[in-house]
Amino acid sequence: MARNILVVAELDEGALSSTSTELIGQANRLSDGGQVSATLLGTGATGAASTAFEAGADRVFANDDGGYDQYNSDIWVSAVENAAGQSSPDAIFVAQSVVGRDMGPRIAARQGSAVAMDCVNVEDVGGELKATRSAYGGNAQAMYSFATSPAVMTIRAKAFDPIEARASASGETIDAGAPAESRTTIVGREFAETEGLQLTDATIVVSGGRGLGGPEGFETVEALAAAFGTNRAAVGASRAACDLGWYPVSQQVGLTGKVVTPDLYVAIAISGASQHMAGCSGSKMIIAVNRDADANIFAMSKYGIVGDYKQVIPALIEAVKAVG
Amino acid sequence: MHFVVCAKQIPDPETPPTAFKIDAATNEVIPAQGFQPVLSQFDGIAAEAALRIKEAAGDDSKITVLSLGAESAQAAIKQVLAMGADEGVLLQDDAFDGGDSHTTAKVLAAAIRNLGDVDAVFCGRQAADWDMGQVGLLIAEELEWPVAILAKDVQITDGTMSTTRVLADGYETVAQSLPAVVTVSNEFGEPRYPKLQQIMQAAKKTVTTQRHDDLGLDTGDVGAAGSRLKLDKLFIPETDGQVELIQGDTPQEQAANLVAKLRADKVL
Repeated sequence: MARNILVVAELDEGALSSTSTELIGQANRLSDGGQVSATLLGTGATGAASTAFEAGADRVFANDDGGYDQYNSDIWVSAVENAAGQSSPDAIFVAQSVVGRDMGPRIAARQGSAVAMDCVNVEDVGGELKATRSAYGGNAQAMYSFATSPAVMTIRAKAFDPIEARASASGETIDAGAPAESRTTIVGREFAETEGLQLTDATIVVSGGRGLGGPEGFETVEALAAAFGTNRAAVGASRAACDLGWYPVSQQVGLTGKVVTPDLYVAIAISGASQHMAGCSGSKMIIAVNRDADANIFAMSKYGIVGDYKQVIPALIEAVKAVG
Repeated sequence: MHFVVCAKQIPDPETPPTAFKIDAATNEVIPAQGFQPVLSQFDGIAAEAALRIKEAAGDDSKITVLSLGAESAQAAIKQVLAMGADEGVLLQDDAFDGGDSHTTAKVLAAAIRNLGDVDAVFCGRQAADWDMGQVGLLIAEELEWPVAILAKDVQITDGTMSTTRVLADGYETVAQSLPAVVTVSNEFGEPRYPKLQQIMQAAKKTVTTQRHDDLGLDTGDVGAAGSRLKLDKLFIPETDGQVELIQGDTPQEQAANLVAKLRADKVL
């Protein structure tokens, strides 16, 4: 059944963000002959429209006004409401980002419908859109359907592959309109001082837990991350380790820390409590090194080594270095 | 001023996954033996934010705790009362059962409207069981109030709420006129632990119970009847088999075997 899908796309330094490309691609797959629209707001928006067409969109609601550059809830919600009014969507896709966490519930409320947050899958089951997401710290998965329309979903980064770029595809560009009024004034912005790669951007995350036995254990964890390459690997820590002051809280992975979805998550001396798994269960692959063969983390891992990290990790560092 | 803290009681997230079970017939979590339900961690932090503002103002601001839940949710309310909140309201009604985020927000917003003079609503960034993170936003939509999410700092002065929000690459500070809603993130800091004396005092504080008719809500608009999002299936994801334990006579051999696997899987 043909369905119209509206994607709330985001710009990353003036270009279509990688997650938006994935969302437009999945919208294209699920549209079944319906129209895929995207909103693009802020400096560079109309220029990025062609990328959105290549990614699978038929129509783009764009406006280059710099008033859209920094996400302001009321302003963006108003623009997306307008686009929804003109595109009659059966579904609205938003990335589970700073934008989506705010936009998802608000646009759903404005449309008299509901949102499923942080979806890892969106599929057509017998003509109906179903959304799957994690709950209970990754212990459970929940599949939802919608009693109301449009079905709004915020979708996790890397949940879907983009479609093959449709070379020289074209579509219709419609003015998304000038920024509306907002009840919110943005009075300041500061960038966090981060050395090197952000945890949430890393394709490999190497984390240490209480089983390291002390803060010095993180030197070994850091050495493994360095062996993988500082341009793609970052270091995380369990809450227990952070609570003990062994590693900065900014690097905490888990329910009350960062949620990471790397290609590879290496859990060293981490038992795998639910609250920790909540932060890493979306990883493509988890491997674990733990002395305790019964540690829960092994149940969540593809590969495991039962052993003392003090012996295993230095050996692993050498083996990783050996393959470059 | 009058602040509201929304508090949810949830299964303890420290429950080990091995003790986590689902009743497939009802799509509900079976309470784990030996683990008491707890106040959702982020809601404790939201309470802390409200308390600090009240203390900084040094006036007779009032904090009311709202919880939608079963009778057992009294414990979550009592915990926030022990932290220093003044009154509690338990929103309990069979008609609320089977609700979604929309109906939860509808009930909470009705209760806030009922209180009449609320200046700000403090919610956790998400409930630590379902992790949706939308009730605070939906309350704001119901009330048509501005909302700021993911706060690491909140100040209220002269009718303006100033919130520092956590972004992917830093922070932003936003200003909004009261009344407003804020959802508080873990970056705010740890909630206080009530002292024994405060726990005893909390036992004496007033907790009222309200039902749908107290709030002027129709049963058809709340609970399962009013839900827009339908849970089709709650299940424990199947892992793609047992973990493969990497063998080897020495750590070096194990490490080499593991790297070979990772290369075969194209992870390295």
